[in-house]
Amino acid sequence: MREVAILGIGQTVVDEHWEKSLREIGGEAAFAALQDAGLQQVDALYVGNMLSPIVNGQNQLGTFFSDWIGLWGQEAVKLEAACGSGAAAFRSGLMAVASGEVESALVVGVEKMSDKAGHDVTAALATAADADYEVEQGVSFVGLNALVMRRYMHEYGWNHADFGPFPINAHANAMHNPYARLHEKVTPERFEKASMVATPISLLDASPTGDGAAAAILVPAEKVAHLPNRPRVKVAGSASATDTIAIHSRRDPLFLQAAYSSAKRAYEMAGVAPEDIDVFEIHDAFSIMAVLSLEACGFAERGQGVRLGLDNEIGPTGRIPVCTRGGLKARGHPVGATGMYQIVEVAQQLRGECGPTQVADAKIGMAQNIGGSGATILTHILKAG
Amino acid sequence: MEIPRHWRLKQQRYGLVGEVCPHCDAKIFPPRDVCPNCGDEAKTLYTFSGKGEVFSYTTIYEAPSGFDSNAPYTVALVKLEEGPMITAQLTDLGEQPVEIGMPVEMVTRKMRNDGDERGLIVYGYKFRPAWNMPQG
Ligand SMILES: [Zn+2]
Repeated sequence: MREVAILGIGQTVVDEHWEKSLREIGGEAAFAALQDAGLQQVDALYVGNMLSPIVNGQNQLGTFFSDWIGLWGQEAVKLEAACGSGAAAFRSGLMAVASGEVESALVVGVEKMSDKAGHDVTAALATAADADYEVEQGVSFVGLNALVMRRYMHEYGWNHADFGPFPINAHANAMHNPYARLHEKVTPERFEKASMVATPISLLDASPTGDGAAAAILVPAEKVAHLPNRPRVKVAGSASATDTIAIHSRRDPLFLQAAYSSAKRAYEMAGVAPEDIDVFEIHDAFSIMAVLSLEACGFAERGQGVRLGLDNEIGPTGRIPVCTRGGLKARGHPVGATGMYQIVEVAQQLRGECGPTQVADAKIGMAQNIGGSGATILTHILKAG
Repeated sequence: MEIPRHWRLKQQRYGLVGEVCPHCDAKIFPPRDVCPNCGDEAKTLYTFSGKGEVFSYTTIYEAPSGFDSNAPYTVALVKLEEGPMITAQLTDLGEQPVEIGMPVEMVTRKMRNDGDERGLIVYGYKFRPAWNMPQG
């Protein structure tokens, strides 16, 4: 396997883009990445998407986008792993380039959610869970995470307010990201007053969905080495792992086993440890997921991930900066695109393009993308230089 | 409407029929072909007692389509006395606040209409407080 570099990145604003179609949103991010890379053609296209067959009535997104982008005739395929689809597509592009099978790959994560009403999107999102034994009970995706959060609070003695620093940090960072869905500050008072979606998860624990796309161009690292004035970002580690699809089947519903094992393999591949990570884009679809990810990836003891927020360790100058561009909570969570936003944002950090939320001297960054309630988890580690 | 799917699941929904592993005696629900405890094949049917306790719970205010008219309602992770955990709605709660550790028992209830108001009525398991559960 050869070393792979990210030659270009692109993204769209996360929002409800009533005036733009699935095609246009995905195309916008793809063209931006191609332009950033200085390329017009690539050998292969990998698309990450979760909901297009249900929400947009469109399947076969590989060809759908190769046609739209002008990559006629090239290999193109869609990868689906619920909210982990973006990183799943990225890993496929990475494997294709690393193996020598293709010389360049475009990866696009894209989701267009505003074409359906809220409760239909809620039902579509629930397809990530077990249809026969979870969804049939009327439990929403938020509800599944709420079951985990309630038990976590019960076992470790935390109050709802203790989770506040996670959304507060995400919202503060998003103020400086022009691509973020939400540009509004959250205070501890607002956090505590937010209305409940599924107890104990409130509107301010849950990430807002939206329309969006993010993309990256992958090439062999040796091809970037001689290019003058190119920001250099290498993919140093990549791993994917799974857990049971239903939370009720887990031996320990409060531990993200797939986060632990994919992070462990990515650390080994990159030759780094948790203390070497300068910036971590976590999958904070819900505050509880942010906490469980940090615990499973070795940044906190079990039951103590909440403390990282309370101790101010998660801001851009903290011990482990997370959600530096707003995270899922404030940049927004266009589900199948989210994994690619995380990759693009870590690349921005390593390229030093993050303005007021730039992590000083960021050299090693990690992104973790979660499909379902911890069912598919992909961890990527990027290195500058 | 998905009539074959509802029909296929009738033993699980009305009778809480799972499996017992012939190799390690682990009780399994929902049924699966590989024992999650020992990894061996498990296909022997086993009927659960329907008794358990609340492991966690949530009250859902924003429901998926198909369940909107029931919101708010309470869903729990119920730890069955034979070992496995199950996701199910709680019912017949009255004024009683739900608590982790609360004993519950299975009942059969209407879940939803599959399709419009003329569609198939789906029945299945829910759990209610087990007030009359014999102690000890
Ligand atoms: Zn067994």
